[in-house]
Amino acid sequence: MAETAARPPAPRGLSDRLSDLLWSRQGLLVLLLILPPALWLGIIYLGALFALLAQSFFAIDPFSGLIKYEFTLRTYGELFRAANLDIILRTVLMAGSVTLAAALIGFPVAYYAARYARGKWKALFYLGVMLPLWSSYLVKVYSWKLILAKEGILSWLFETLHLTWLLDAYLSLPVVGGNSLSVSWTGTFLVFLYVWLPFMILPTQAALERVPPSMLEASGDLGARPGQTFRHVLLPLALPGIVAGSIFTFSLTLGDYIIPQIVGTSARMIGQAVYQFQGTAGNIPLAAAFAVVPILIMGVYLYIAKRMGAFDAL
Amino acid sequence: MTSAIAFRQVSRHYGTVQAVDAVDLEVAEGEFFAMLGPSGSGKTTCLRLIAGFERPTFGEIEIFGRPSSAVPPYRRPVNTVFQDYALFPHLNVRDNVAYGLMIAGAGKAERHRSAEEALAMVALPGYADRRPSALSGGQRQRVALARALVNKPKVLLLDEPLGALDLKLREQMQVELKSLQRQLGITFVFVTHDQGEALSMADRVAVFNEGRIQQIGRPQDIYDRPQTPFVADFVGSSNVLPPEMVERLTGRRVHASLRPEAVRLQPCGHLARVVEQAFMGAVTRLTLDMDGQRLSLLLPKGEDAPEKGATVQIGWDEDALHPMEPRDG
Repeated sequence: MAETAARPPAPRGLSDRLSDLLWSRQGLLVLLLILPPALWLGIIYLGALFALLAQSFFAIDPFSGLIKYEFTLRTYGELFRAANLDIILRTVLMAGSVTLAAALIGFPVAYYAARYARGKWKALFYLGVMLPLWSSYLVKVYSWKLILAKEGILSWLFETLHLTWLLDAYLSLPVVGGNSLSVSWTGTFLVFLYVWLPFMILPTQAALERVPPSMLEASGDLGARPGQTFRHVLLPLALPGIVAGSIFTFSLTLGDYIIPQIVGTSARMIGQAVYQFQGTAGNIPLAAAFAVVPILIMGVYLYIAKRMGAFDAL
Repeated sequence: MTSAIAFRQVSRHYGTVQAVDAVDLEVAEGEFFAMLGPSGSGKTTCLRLIAGFERPTFGEIEIFGRPSSAVPPYRRPVNTVFQDYALFPHLNVRDNVAYGLMIAGAGKAERHRSAEEALAMVALPGYADRRPSALSGGQRQRVALARALVNKPKVLLLDEPLGALDLKLREQMQVELKSLQRQLGITFVFVTHDQGEALSMADRVAVFNEGRIQQIGRPQDIYDRPQTPFVADFVGSSNVLPPEMVERLTGRRVHASLRPEAVRLQPCGHLARVVEQAFMGAVTRLTLDMDGQRLSLLLPKGEDAPEKGATVQIGWDEDALHPMEPRDG
């Protein structure tokens, strides 16, 4: 009797058999789980990327305006024309400054949240960082246009503080200035910074959260002043998070075409160039070649970050 | 001679919690001093007060006679071995050990030589290029020790450094730490909740409970002459007899401590019933009931252990019963 009681019950029904099968062949379960996302990434994402790459190796026939499906590097050659190089350089500079500013502003916020905020303050931090992400991107950008416009909130503030001369002096500067903040590079920069800042703060905060407090105490215990502890311990350990954040801010700025269209000067950035070449200009090969540029830049960026040891603490 | 560390009425409060409550203690130079107590007794907070990670709410801590409340951790002549070792994961073992020297501005060659020496001292030569993540718990512990010692501190603070090691390794490290301390002549302040560790290693032990020091003394004194029921129970799990029973036995109405190993079975003595019997290797622990009072008795291996439920007769030498003065406050 005891023997029959100890024997495992026979599988009942299809779902029992299926569970038994998946339990005994764990590789099968992993395969089933990974297959749909792998197909999605493999076919839809990589496929689209490949199609894009392929397009960039074709060229427009200058007479008919039609795409000639023959391999050529002529389209890439066009990227090196002065006007197009300007677009690339301008975009990279903008993405670089936005990333740098986001890191500088984001770090103290992330540090406070990771080290000091507890309970409801932590909830408030998450709310404060995430709340802007909940509202529409377009609404935020247009609100900034109102803030930065000639008759906008900022110029009113400067006027009230009797500092209009300061704003005017700033706007008269070359490159960063302009008729008003909303049609200047400063305006574009501010809006980019605002819109992408959460993407810098959250990974930085996650990285700082993983640094045990005893690590910082140990550094101080071994004679390091707070500044030295920051440089030799805190920053290296937070760097993977900062780099992750900078990948977001950098690549999002590189590819965006809406913000510079609404706020800023008439000079174009890469995203706008892609948008125009594939749309009104009908030059899909050149649009594709332009789209490859951010991919290359990000590749170089990640390579440098890796060489500098940004991922050593992972 | 000034003492290495002196606490003058030191308190540390967190809100309404008094983690450390009016502690006075002195640690002599070159001494191996243990702070013993259960978790939450304030012993680790005392260590952090010496290191400078916490500041006293009241009172003053003197390090070599110098008041230290205004001295930040990075200017104190003490180094700490952390409970979780706190090795820097982005640096290899050599750079971890040489961190203090790098901060002090030593040259690369000197740093590397000193680091190698320190690693040899803790019996870890040849591990300099590894990452801390590639080391075992015992090896990390040694790296943490080398990292602290390489700076030649006047006082070494150890926060439960052996807590994460298995029994065998722990016993080995106890011996090594003790001989290292003798060899270097540095003052060691050692925090532990393991009474065996404190008794076997320390020159003097301070027993903590609820933020206060219960007793300070040599290990033998703490063990043989506990001053409070807490010390008697925590150090060596002594039998603490209530005043009523001690009055019947000796005439004095105080708590008394009776070591389990001092109680023996004898043909004629106090009647007691065996409640529990536990085999512990070298000894067998009997839990007895004597007039409603629980008593432990350690029976050496080889003696016949009475069955559970049996009635036995027990006795002890007169001076084994150690009366404790009622605790003030």
